[in-house]
Amino acid sequence: MRSRLNLYALTFRLPIIVWQALFFIGPLIFVVAMSFFVVKNYRMVETFELESWAKMVSRDYVWSAYRYTLLMAGSAAALATLLAFPAAWFLAFRCSARTRQLVILFLIIPFFTSYLVRTFSWYTILAEAGVLNGAFGLFGLGPYKMLNTAFGTLTGYLTLVLPLVLILQTVTMANIDDRLIQAARNLGCSPARTIRTVILPAGKTGFVIAALFAFILSFGDFVAPFYLGGSNPPTMPILIIDTTKAGQQWPRAAVVAVMMMLTLFVIAFSAIMYAYRKRASR
Amino acid sequence: MSDTKFMQTKRSFLKTGLASVALTTPFVNRAWAQTVELTMLGWYGTAEPDMVAEFEEANNVKFVPKYYAGGDNMLAALAQNPPGTFDIIHTDAEYAKLLVANDLVLELDPNDYAFDDLLHDDFKSFAGHWDDSGKLYSLITRFGHLGVSYNKEVLTAEEAATYDIYWDERLTGKVGHFDWHLPSLGQMSLLMGNANPFDIDEAAWKAVQEKTLSLKSQVGGYFDFGGTFAGLKNGEMLAMVGIGDWVTGILERDGAPVSSVVPKEGGIQWTESYSIAKTSEKTDLALKYLAYTMSPEGQVKTAQMLGYPGHCVTKAGRALLNEVDGAEAQRSGQVDGDPRDPITLINEGRISYRDIPVQQSLEDWNDFWSEYKNA
Repeated sequence: MRSRLNLYALTFRLPIIVWQALFFIGPLIFVVAMSFFVVKNYRMVETFELESWAKMVSRDYVWSAYRYTLLMAGSAAALATLLAFPAAWFLAFRCSARTRQLVILFLIIPFFTSYLVRTFSWYTILAEAGVLNGAFGLFGLGPYKMLNTAFGTLTGYLTLVLPLVLILQTVTMANIDDRLIQAARNLGCSPARTIRTVILPAGKTGFVIAALFAFILSFGDFVAPFYLGGSNPPTMPILIIDTTKAGQQWPRAAVVAVMMMLTLFVIAFSAIMYAYRKRASR
Repeated sequence: MSDTKFMQTKRSFLKTGLASVALTTPFVNRAWAQTVELTMLGWYGTAEPDMVAEFEEANNVKFVPKYYAGGDNMLAALAQNPPGTFDIIHTDAEYAKLLVANDLVLELDPNDYAFDDLLHDDFKSFAGHWDDSGKLYSLITRFGHLGVSYNKEVLTAEEAATYDIYWDERLTGKVGHFDWHLPSLGQMSLLMGNANPFDIDEAAWKAVQEKTLSLKSQVGGYFDFGGTFAGLKNGEMLAMVGIGDWVTGILERDGAPVSSVVPKEGGIQWTESYSIAKTSEKTDLALKYLAYTMSPEGQVKTAQMLGYPGHCVTKAGRALLNEVDGAEAQRSGQVDGDPRDPITLINEGRISYRDIPVQQSLEDWNDFWSEYKNA
């Protein structure tokens, strides 16, 4: 049977297809192509050469930045997941729907302000003469070095992703059938076991997607490692900036970008496969 | 009914439109009177009102700035924009030679400028500003010295008077780098005893790399323009490699306990110049601005620039600075007889002019810088 072109359905589907083609697939193809260009006299020459790839993959510092970025983004995703969970659980199961809506609104409000501004505000809090060290000083502690460290970078990452992870986890848990939890408790499950055997499996998709978002946003973030981590050591996004500054090597920066995109494709694909995998029935 | 409504809307629309035109006409006329635009490619601050407002007003011109940081970005902006985009190019002197080599800038007439009034003979024939046949292409306009920038509450000027201080245990985790390889590696090269820090052979280059890597455990971060200021101001960084009075001078004006000193191993000079793009269609006006920057009034402005302070290059400029802003002249040592006088430092042989690497490529230095940051 020949399927007919459904113009009505196409009217609604076409814009997103065109949008993705123009603003995602197009630039993606261009970045991949650019990684094979060369730079001569500070001007890009369109050609097909492996020079930039050979240069970048043979440099230890590229792999060092790659490992560090993976570690930091993974840590941010794990920390955000763990820190958000108790709050999300409270909002989902212990609060009224009205309170939950209000809190979610408050969680969205930070996004009204520029992320860069929020990051800079950490300067006054984390600096050695800052608010936190001032408070520690009252108890005879510190000062502790928090800016220009991995801690600073993680703080920046969490500023970016924690509200988002909390919202996603709250929505996920609020949609779990309450009767399942009651049944578990009636059958004698402890709260910890209820979380492990009912809430986590039932909300697996939401939890994984939330963690994935945290990872993706942290992995590509330039602001936190640059301004709060002091570029010491640099992450992959900083390496992109460094590479473009150094002789306008956009093709080499494109190599780094492609490496990052491939990594994110693999991780996102694996996470989504895991999130939607059905449990094998016994 | 709907027709009436439409007519009313249309009428009110026309009324509003006519009223708007009437009200804005004076401004439109003013805007038309100021349509001459000069586009300047320069470091941040060079085309801000404190620098150009007076010239704009006197010549009915409007500056359009395009800012960059680092000579590579300047060359890229020239390569990637259509010819005619820029009129005036403000550049680090070591990159001026590349502008000439790439045939990007207009020849200037030396007779238009008072070369005899320059404070130092080196400035009269500054490297890269003239081609081999003696034609002038770039005009030196201001300079400054890079050395050890430090927090005065932790170090004394005497302690800071050597690059070795970066390895002091009081500074562990508190040494910052301005994130550009040329000044930082240049300072390391001076510390290694290279008289010309940018013209070194492979053995010396290897020694510079090893010495630099040994500093890694002291380093607290690598900073851009804003981060450098913030790091020194909030005390997160107690010493900074690769900068000088152009940063601490601003912070000092704000009362921060920081300063810069040219150490015993010598300092590095940054030098800034103006050129006119070969493709500019407003060369007369651009030439007029170059003459203005070399006038005593223009020189005082370059010394006082809010973006970052510099030193005058002309005697008349320095004299006027001492007259109108003695405090700034004193603070920056631009006073005849002052032991910190930048011209005296040059005469004593304590200053090397910043340059691009002579025996290695810029890429070699860049590569090492990336390795160092990741070490």
